[in-house]
Amino acid sequence: MSDNKDGVSRRGFLATSAAALGGIALAPGIRLVEIAAAKPDDEPVSSKVRWGMLIDTTRCQTGCTDCVSACNKENGLGEVTKPRTNAQWIRKIDLTDLKTDHALSLPMMCQHCANPPCVDVCPTGASFKRADGIVLVDRHTCIGCRYCMMACPYKARSFVHEPHTDQKPEVPRGQGCVEGCTLCVHRVDRGGTPACVEACAAAGHNAMMFGDLNNPESEISKRIREVKTTQVRADLKLDLGVRYEGI
Amino acid sequence: MRLLAIAVLWGLTLVPASAFMAFAAAHAAEPGRTPLPAIAITKPGQCVEPTDVMRRDHMKFLKHQRDLTVHEGVRSKQHSLNECIACHASPKTGSVLGEDGFCQSCHSYAAVKPDCWDCHQPKPGQKAATGVRP
Repeated sequence: MSDNKDGVSRRGFLATSAAALGGIALAPGIRLVEIAAAKPDDEPVSSKVRWGMLIDTTRCQTGCTDCVSACNKENGLGEVTKPRTNAQWIRKIDLTDLKTDHALSLPMMCQHCANPPCVDVCPTGASFKRADGIVLVDRHTCIGCRYCMMACPYKARSFVHEPHTDQKPEVPRGQGCVEGCTLCVHRVDRGGTPACVEACAAAGHNAMMFGDLNNPESEISKRIREVKTTQVRADLKLDLGVRYEGI
Repeated sequence: MRLLAIAVLWGLTLVPASAFMAFAAAHAAEPGRTPLPAIAITKPGQCVEPTDVMRRDHMKFLKHQRDLTVHEGVRSKQHSLNECIACHASPKTGSVLGEDGFCQSCHSYAAVKPDCWDCHQPKPGQKAATGVRP
C-alpha cells in the first residue's frame, strides 16, 4: 500500500539493466535471459504495478478445463463433489450466438476490478484491493456474511461451507469464509504467473496472458494496445483487470 | 463466651483453607496431574527470537506478519507461520498439532484455543512452482 516515491524504482532500474545486458531477443517473446521481475520478499507491493490478465477467446478450446483443474490443484480446492456448494474460483463458460450458432468458450473468474463492488459492501473490511490491483479476502477479518457474493456481478466469490484439513500451506482456507480467485498471489509475489495461465500454455492453447497493465512495455500492454479487447459488463465502469479478446 | 465463639468460627474457616492449600501444594508437585507441554526441539538451532521472547510474544509477531503478508504481500521468512511449522513439526506425525505437537501441547496447557488451524495447514509442505512470467 505504500508507494515507491523515488523517481526511478530499484526494480525498474534492475529490469532495464537486465534487459540491456542479457535480454537480447532471439525472436519475439523469446529472450536469452529472462528479466528478473520478482520483488524482494520483504518489500511491500507497489501501486506502480497493476496485475491483469488477457484472455483470447479465439484460442480458448471448448471442452478444455485445464485452467480449472490447475486452479483447483494449486489452491487445494480438490475435486468438485458438490457442484452447487463447492468453491469455484474459475469456471468455464460456453456461449452460443443463437442467430449464427457461433460458439465461444471462455474462463470466468474474479475480474480484479479497480473499483470492486465486493470491497464497497464488505462490513468488516475483509474484502480489499491490494496496491497492485489484486482483489482479495482477508480471512482473519471475514465473518462470512456473503454480502460480497451478492455484490459481485461476475459470480466470482464462493463460500466455504465445510471444514477442510487438506489445505495447501501457501493457500490457507477454511469453513465460514468467502473466497475467490487470488490471481495466485503467492506465486505472483515470488515472480511467477497464475496456475491457470501456466496450464493454458502447457496445453499449447496460450489463450491466457498475465502481466503488468501499468508497464507499457509488458507483453499484455502491447497486446491490448494492438487488438480490440473487451471488459465484461463494461457498463458498470468497474475498470477490470481481466480483459477478453474476441467476444 | 463470645471470644470462644469467634475462635471456633475462625478455626472452622482456617482449617479447611489450610488443608486445601496443603493438598494443592502436594498435588502440584506430583508429576502427571497437570500434563506439562511437550516442547521437543527436534531441529536444534537458533529460533528467530530468544526463547523467552518467543514464549511470551510469538502471537504478536505472527499477527503482525499476517497483516503484512495478506495486505501488502510481504513474504519475508522471519516471522512467517509456515517457517514455524517447517521447523517445529513433529518428525513422527509431521504436524505441529496432536497431543505432543509443538503448538497444541502448549496451547492445551495454557488453555487457549487459537483458530489458526481452521484455515492453515499444520503440516509443512513443499513450495509450489511459480511458473515464469513473460
